[in-house]
Amino acid sequence: MKVTLNVWRQGGPSDSGAFQIYEVDDVSPDMSFLELFDVLNERLITKGEEPVAFDHDCREGICGSCSMMINGRAHGPERGTATCQLHMRKFEDGATITVEPWRAAAFPIIKDLCVDRSAFDRIIESGGYITAPTGTAQEANLTPVPKEVADAAMDAAACIGCGACVAACPNSAAQLFTAAKIEHLNLLPQGQPERWSRVVAMVDEMERFFGSCTNHGECESACPKEISIDFIALMNRDYIRAQFKQRRLTGQKS
Amino acid sequence: MTEANFESHVPAGPIEEKWDHHKFDVKLVNPANRRKFRVIVVGSGLAGASAAATLGELGYEVTMITFHDSPRRAHSIAAQGGINAAKNYRNDGDSVYRLFYDTVKGGDYRSREANVYRLAQLSVNIIDQCVAQGVPFAREYGGLLDNRSFGGAQVSRTFYARGQTGQQLLLGAYQALARQIHLGNVTLHERTEMLDLVIKDGKAVGVVTRNLVSGAVRSFSGHAVVLATGGYSNVFFLSTNAKNSNVTAIWRAHKRGAYLANPCFTQIHPTCIPASDDFQSKLTLMSESLRNDGQIWVPAQTDDPRSADQIPETERDYYLERRYPAFGNLVPRDVASRASKKEVDAGRGVGPLKNGVYLDLTGAISRLGRDVIDERYDNLMQMYERITGEDPYKQPMRIYPAVHYTMGGSWVDYNLMSNVPGLYVLGEANFSDHGANRLGASALMQGLADGYFVLPATIGDYLAPLLGSDPVPTDDPVFTQSEADVTDQVRQMLSVKGTRSVDWFHRELGKIMWEHCGMARSRESLEKALAEIPALREEFWRNVRVLGENESFNQSLEKAGRVADFLEFGELLCLDALQREESCGGHFRLEHQTEDGEAMRDDDNFSYVGAWEYKGADTAPELHKEPLEFEYAHPTQRSYK
Amino acid sequence: MTKVAGELTDAPNVNVPRRKAPFIVTFYRSAVAKKWLMAVSGIILLGYVLAHMVGNLKVFLGKDEINEYADWLRRLGEPAFPREVVLWGMRTVLIAAFVIHIVAAYQLTMINRRARPTQYKSPRDYAAASFASRTMRWTGVIVLLFLIFHLLDLTFGTVNPGYVGGNVYRNLIASFDRVPVAVAYIVANLALGIHIFHGAWSMFQSLGFNNPRYNPWRRTFAIGFAGLITTGNVAIPLLITAGVRP
Ligand SMILES: Cc1cc2nc3c(=O)[nH]c(=O)nc-3n(C[C@H](O)[C@H](O)[C@H](O)COP(=O)(O)OP(=O)(O)OC[C@H]3O[C@@H](n4cnc5c(N)ncnc54)[C@H](O)[C@@H]3O)c2cc1C
Ligand code: FES
Repeated sequence: MKVTLNVWRQGGPSDSGAFQIYEVDDVSPDMSFLELFDVLNERLITKGEEPVAFDHDCREGICGSCSMMINGRAHGPERGTATCQLHMRKFEDGATITVEPWRAAAFPIIKDLCVDRSAFDRIIESGGYITAPTGTAQEANLTPVPKEVADAAMDAAACIGCGACVAACPNSAAQLFTAAKIEHLNLLPQGQPERWSRVVAMVDEMERFFGSCTNHGECESACPKEISIDFIALMNRDYIRAQFKQRRLTGQKS
Repeated sequence: MTEANFESHVPAGPIEEKWDHHKFDVKLVNPANRRKFRVIVVGSGLAGASAAATLGELGYEVTMITFHDSPRRAHSIAAQGGINAAKNYRNDGDSVYRLFYDTVKGGDYRSREANVYRLAQLSVNIIDQCVAQGVPFAREYGGLLDNRSFGGAQVSRTFYARGQTGQQLLLGAYQALARQIHLGNVTLHERTEMLDLVIKDGKAVGVVTRNLVSGAVRSFSGHAVVLATGGYSNVFFLSTNAKNSNVTAIWRAHKRGAYLANPCFTQIHPTCIPASDDFQSKLTLMSESLRNDGQIWVPAQTDDPRSADQIPETERDYYLERRYPAFGNLVPRDVASRASKKEVDAGRGVGPLKNGVYLDLTGAISRLGRDVIDERYDNLMQMYERITGEDPYKQPMRIYPAVHYTMGGSWVDYNLMSNVPGLYVLGEANFSDHGANRLGASALMQGLADGYFVLPATIGDYLAPLLGSDPVPTDDPVFTQSEADVTDQVRQMLSVKGTRSVDWFHRELGKIMWEHCGMARSRESLEKALAEIPALREEFWRNVRVLGENESFNQSLEKAGRVADFLEFGELLCLDALQREESCGGHFRLEHQTEDGEAMRDDDNFSYVGAWEYKGADTAPELHKEPLEFEYAHPTQRSYK
Repeated sequence: MTKVAGELTDAPNVNVPRRKAPFIVTFYRSAVAKKWLMAVSGIILLGYVLAHMVGNLKVFLGKDEINEYADWLRRLGEPAFPREVVLWGMRTVLIAAFVIHIVAAYQLTMINRRARPTQYKSPRDYAAASFASRTMRWTGVIVLLFLIFHLLDLTFGTVNPGYVGGNVYRNLIASFDRVPVAVAYIVANLALGIHIFHGAWSMFQSLGFNNPRYNPWRRTFAIGFAGLITTGNVAIPLLITAGVRP
C-alpha cells in the first residue's frame, strides 16, 4: 500500500505549526497506525529530518497514551478503537490521511502530535478516589455488591483517560471522562460516603479547564472503550442533587 | 562469597510467624516524626503508586518520579488476567500455605521461601484493600466476589476485573496516590526520567533526573530512594511490554553499586499474536485462558501450503496433547512455549510468515456452542480480529511465544532493601519472589504486596536512626558530579551524528537476544551473543543518529539512553545465562535436558541467587551467590507427562 | 505555555473562578447547573409552545372560536384575580424562562469558545453530532429574532397592517396575506422544530433523567414532540396563505 500523510508539525508549545505532507510507500495492511509512524520516522531520520513526536506506550489500547485526530475523527474511523489498535487495512491504497493533535485549551501542545493532558490528573486529585488508607479495609466479601452494579461500575471504570472525548467534543468538554470517573465510584457501595462531595469537587475542577456539554454524543462515538453518555446523565443528576442535599442527613433512609 | 552488605535478613522462627515477628522487631518512626523524612519513589506502576500512596498516608514526605505523563499510564495498566489471593472463597482447598507452595514450586525452587510465604499471607489483605478502594472486581449474582482458575492452577484463586485487572488495580492505587497529591503529602514529577542514583558515604541519598519536556537535568534528594521501575523484557525489542518499559533505573543503580540478581530468568508467554511483518513494534498477548478451551496444533507435514480448514484431522499434529497426555494444552508456560518453538523451527509453522501455531477453538465452538465461547472470550476474539483481520470463529487463531515478564532484577533483602543502604526496589524491578518462573496472576499480587504492605513496614527500620539528619543538599558535589555525568552522556549521544536510528540498534539487539538467549540457550549461542553485543554497542556509540536537541521534547533522545543501557545490560543477562549451567523455569539450557527434551535442574550446584556486582566498564562483573534453602517446600522435579 | 512537569497544569481557566459566594451564585457559576437551568426553562418553554400551538389551531374552527379563546386567556383566574393578572403571571414566568435560557446559552457558548481557542485545522468528520445539535445556537437565534417580529406583528401590532386589538382572527389573516411574512413564519417554525428536536432529547441528559428502560423513548419523544409542534405551527401560515379560511 501507499499512503499520503498530512501531518501537523509543531516544534514546541509556542510555535505556530503547519501541516507537512509525507508520502509513505511499502505500507503493509497488517501494520498498525503507529507502526506507520514508526516507518515514517525511520525514513525521516535517514533523511536527517526530526521524527514526528507522538505519545504511545502499551500499543494495546489500554494505557491511553496514543492520541491522534485522524481525518477529523479522534482515534480515526474505527469505532471503539484507539489509534494504536487501528490497522492500515482500514484505509484504501493511495489514501490521503490527515493527522492532527488533540486540540483544547486544557491540552496544550507539547510538540507535533503530543499534548499535555495533566488537567485530567487534576480532576482525579480533586476527589476521584475513595478515602481508604492502606490497612483500614474490611474483609472483602463483607459488603456484597449486586452484579449489575459491579458491571455498571466496571463499564465506567474502563475509561483509559486518553482524552478522545475532549478532542471529539465540539465544545472541548470533558464530561464523559469526568462522569466515568465519578460514576465508577458513586455507583459502588464503597463510594457512598463521599458521593456528594466527590461529584461537586470533580465537576467544579473539570469546569476550570473544559467546556460544557451540549449533548452532541461525539464523545461516546470517539471513546475507544465505548463508554456511554448515560454516565453523563448520572453525573448531572448527582451534581444537582448534591447541591440541594442536606448532606448531614446523607445515609438516612429518604 | 557473602559480604557484610549481602545479607538476606530473613528473620528466624517458623515460616508462618516470620513476618509478624519481623514487624515487631524493626524500628519504627514515630508518627509525628515521619514528615521529617523525605522518600523518593521512582515509578508509578502498581508497586510504586501503592508504595507512594501508603507512605504518604503514613505521613512521610514523598517525591514521586515517573517518565509517564500520568502515573496511571504505567505499564501495570496492561495486565489482563487477574490477581491471585489465598482467600479460599471457593472452598476448594486453597490456603496461604498452598499459594506459598505453588509459587515456590512454580518458580522451580529458585526463590526465597520466607519472601514467598509473606507474599501469600499478604495476598489476602490486598484484595480487601482493593475492594475498599472501589476496584470493580467481577462478582457473582449474589454480590460476592468471583474467582477463576488461572494458568493451570488447581484451585480457583484468581480475582479479576473483566480482561482489565491490571488497569483496575492501578487505577485504585493511582487514586489513592492522587489523594495524597491533593493533600500535599506526595509531590508528583511526571514526564521526568531518573537517569542516575546518587550515593554518598555508601548510602542512597537521591536521584538525578531529566525532564523529558524541557530537557532540564535536576537532582532530587531524600532519606531513602525507592525504585519501582518495572521489568526489562524490552531488551528483546519485541515483547508484550509497553514500548517505553526499560531497564535504565535499575541498570544505572547497578552501575552505582546495587547488585542485579538472576537477570537470565525471563519468562516467555506461549499465547501471543505472532509478528505480521518486519515493522512489528510489539507483540500482543492473548490471555492464557484460551488454552482452557482451545487445542494447539500444527500441520503434520512441513511447509504445508493448505489453509487450516483444508487440513484433515489425520494430518494435524496436536503436539501438546501427544507429548503431555496428562496436562495436554494446559502445560506450564515455559513447556508450551518451547514446544511451539520446536514445531516452528522444524518448518511446521503456520501463517503467512510460518511463524506461529494454531490455537483452535472451532472444536470447542461446536461442542459448547458459540454462545458459551462468546461469553468466555468475546473480547479476546474481537481483539484478535482487530489486530490480524482474521475471524477466529471461522479459522483458528495463530499464536507464538513472546517475552513477557522478567523474574530477575535488583537484588533485595527481606526488607526489600538492596545491598546499597537506603535503596529499596519493589515490584517487577526486584528479583524477589518468583524464582525462575512466575505463576500467572502473581505479578500484580507481588507489586501490591511490596507497595502497600512490605515497604511501609520495613522502611522505618532504615529511617528511624536517621532522625535529625537532613537530606543531602542537591548542591553537594555528589549531586553535581552525577548531574554532569548525565548531561555528558546526553551530549555524547547527540554528538555522534551517525547514520543509524536508535530503533535500528534496538531491533538488532533484540534479534541477538531472541536468537541466542531466548527460549533455548546454549553455551555456544550465548558465547555468540556475548561477542555480538559488545560489537553492536561499540557501533552504537560510533554510529547512532539522534536528531534534535536536548532542550526540548525529544523522544529519540529518551530512547537512545534506554537502548544504550539495554546494550550493556543484555551482555550481563547473557553472562548470567552462561554461568547457570542448568535448566530451570524460564531458563532453558540445551545442554541440560532429559532425553525427551525436558528441563533438568541442578539443585546441588545452582540452588542460589546469582547477584552480580558491577566492576567498571572494562572489567568483568563479579558474581555473588546467595544460597537458597528449602525447609518447607522441598524441591521436586516438575513433570507434566 | 511551557509546562514544568510536576507543577499544576497551567492550562487557562475557561470558567469564572469559584470564589466564596451565596449558594445561588456559586450554583449558577457551574456549567452543569447552567445546563440544568436551561433544561428546566426549556421544559417551561416547551409547555408554552405546545399550549400556544393548540390555542392557535382554533383559527381553523372559525373566527369566533379563536377570538373567544383569546379573551378567555385574559379572563383566566377571574373572579379571584382581576382581568389579565394570571395571564401576566404566566407571561412573567415565561419571560424569566426565556431570559435564563438565553443568558445561560450565551455564557456557555463563551465558555466553550475559550475551551478551544485554536480550532482544528482540518475538517471534522462528525460521527454522532446531528445537524440539529450543531445548529442549536443558530436555530436559537433565528427563533429569538422571529419571536421579536412575532410580538411586534400579533401582540403589539406595530408591523401588522390594520391591527385590531382583541381580534386575533383578523390580525392573523392580515399578517399571512403577505406571502413573505408567511414564508418567514414557516422558516422560523422549521428552525424551532429543529431546535426542539435536539432540546427535547438533550434536556433528559441535562436533568440527569436516565433509566435504561425508558431511555429509548427519549429520542422517540423528541422526534414526536418536535414533529407535532412543527406540523401544527407550520400548518397555520401555510393553510391560511393558501386560502383555507373557515
Ligand atoms: C501484557 C501483560 C499482561 C500481564 N498480565 C498479568 C496478569 O494478568 N497478572 C499478573 O499478575 N501480572 C501480569 N503481568 C505482569 C505485570 O503486569 C507486571 O509485572 C507488573 O504490573 C509490574 O508492575 P511494576 O509496578 O513493578 O512496574 P510498571 O507497572 O512497569 O511501572 C514502572 C513505572 O516505573 C516508571 N519508570 C521506569 N523507569 C523509570 C525511570 N528511569 N525514571 C522514571 N520513571 C521510571 C514508569 O514510568 C512506570 O511508572 C502482565 C504483563 C504484561 C506485559
Ligand atoms: S498506546 Fe496505549 S492506548 Fe494506544
